[in-house]
Amino acid sequence: MIEARELNKAFGEHHVLKNISCIFEQGKANLIIGESGSGKTVLMKCLVGLYEVDSGKVFYDNRNFSEMDFEQRKTLRQEIGMLFQGGALFDYMNVEENVMFPLDMFTTRTKEDKLDRANFVLKRVNLENVNRLMPSELSGGMRKRVAIARAISMNPKYLFCDEPNSGLDPQTSGVIDKLIKEITDEYGITTIVNTHDMNSVLSIGDTVAFIYNGELWWRGNKDTILQTDDKELNNFVFGTELTSRLKQ
Amino acid sequence: MKVFTDIGEYLILMRKVFSKPQKRIIFWERMLNEIQGLGIESIGIVAFISAFMGAVVAIQTAYNIDSPWIPLSMVGFTTRQSVVLEFSPTVISLILAGKVGSRIASEIGTMRVTEQIDALEIMGVNSANYLIFPKVVASMLINPVLIVLSMWMGILGGWMAMVSFGLVSSNDYVDGLRVDFEGYTVFYAITKTIVFAYIISTVSGFYGYRTSGGALEVGQASTKAVVVSSIMIILFNLILTQLLLT
Repeated sequence: MIEARELNKAFGEHHVLKNISCIFEQGKANLIIGESGSGKTVLMKCLVGLYEVDSGKVFYDNRNFSEMDFEQRKTLRQEIGMLFQGGALFDYMNVEENVMFPLDMFTTRTKEDKLDRANFVLKRVNLENVNRLMPSELSGGMRKRVAIARAISMNPKYLFCDEPNSGLDPQTSGVIDKLIKEITDEYGITTIVNTHDMNSVLSIGDTVAFIYNGELWWRGNKDTILQTDDKELNNFVFGTELTSRLKQ
Repeated sequence: MKVFTDIGEYLILMRKVFSKPQKRIIFWERMLNEIQGLGIESIGIVAFISAFMGAVVAIQTAYNIDSPWIPLSMVGFTTRQSVVLEFSPTVISLILAGKVGSRIASEIGTMRVTEQIDALEIMGVNSANYLIFPKVVASMLINPVLIVLSMWMGILGGWMAMVSFGLVSSNDYVDGLRVDFEGYTVFYAITKTIVFAYIISTVSGFYGYRTSGGALEVGQASTKAVVVSSIMIILFNLILTQLLLT
């Protein structure tokens, strides 16, 4: 479980996060939704410590992340996996080396052990025979899957996914969503997904937090989101041609 | 005020850079790769420029000797002194600031804007140490080798020019090379080179590491790294010359 308590973050005069308190439950896909620029990515980066919050606290299973020093955070981060928007695969490493990187850095396993683990997680994300390919030789969907494989290679307790569907076609997006959900259920991970894709919300949203203008505006799940009468949320949910026609 | 902020940020980054590597074996692997990328791949350009510059220095010296009282061996002596004292350590370091500095800044800058550095941080890796430290050590080890090569090529280029154009005989040139040779001049040149290598790798690493934005900002960081490294080299050239030669 991850808990955000009264988080505030500003960049100069621009107050991006306003007093956000939220609990992200273990073994569930916790979705953060909102328009572009609403503060979703900043919230995620504050949760993982890439941005320091101006005030507020973050707890990982009751461990106060905000008060940890560099070494303590380093240890905790080995329990975190993160999928970035563009995958963030290391350009100078092939697929196998990318997936094995955390194992090389933080374990004393033998090369064979690491290779077995890399092949296992690559198989888990439905990728085989791509070990020698460089990131530049992969499609967008494959890059995301390799990034997921790298993120889960150390058996993380917490998985963060920042816009996992950006730049992907609807079908591939569905595959990535399904994969995230399966991995969350299978390993009982606390998963937090940033998205503005309503397909993702409706297919994997165990819990949904709607961020509007830097505030936590609404909380619910994939079932309750379609029944709310909140104006701002409805504007977001039914903002596209497709969803508004479906509503009608 | 911006200069002081930059210096402060640079020093904070250096504190992160100069810490114990997470895994020694990975550090060695990365350092050897950097020696290949930053040093070995620069051998061609260093040798080419040095040979031609040595030839030009020798020709200009020979051209300016019009008094019969000045021995022709002076051409070899002047070429050696110019190449060892100034041309190889300073000019080649400035060329390396352009070639290697832009490579370091753009490589690290691209990793920053594509979130690869964030990915390292999330995993618990000290990204500044992992990315910059091997480059600093590799540069400080390989640049002196390049500079010694440059000295040889410069002196050889001068000899070839003198012999091929018939301006000075081979014996006179070689005699001049041997006149009043002091090993300390080579020590001075190597010391300067090591300091310049440190400047090139850390300044370029700094500008690359703090890049934010996109491709445009990576280009700007790369340009700034080369400009600031070059200015620092010129500045420290004066300081080190004053300290070591007077």
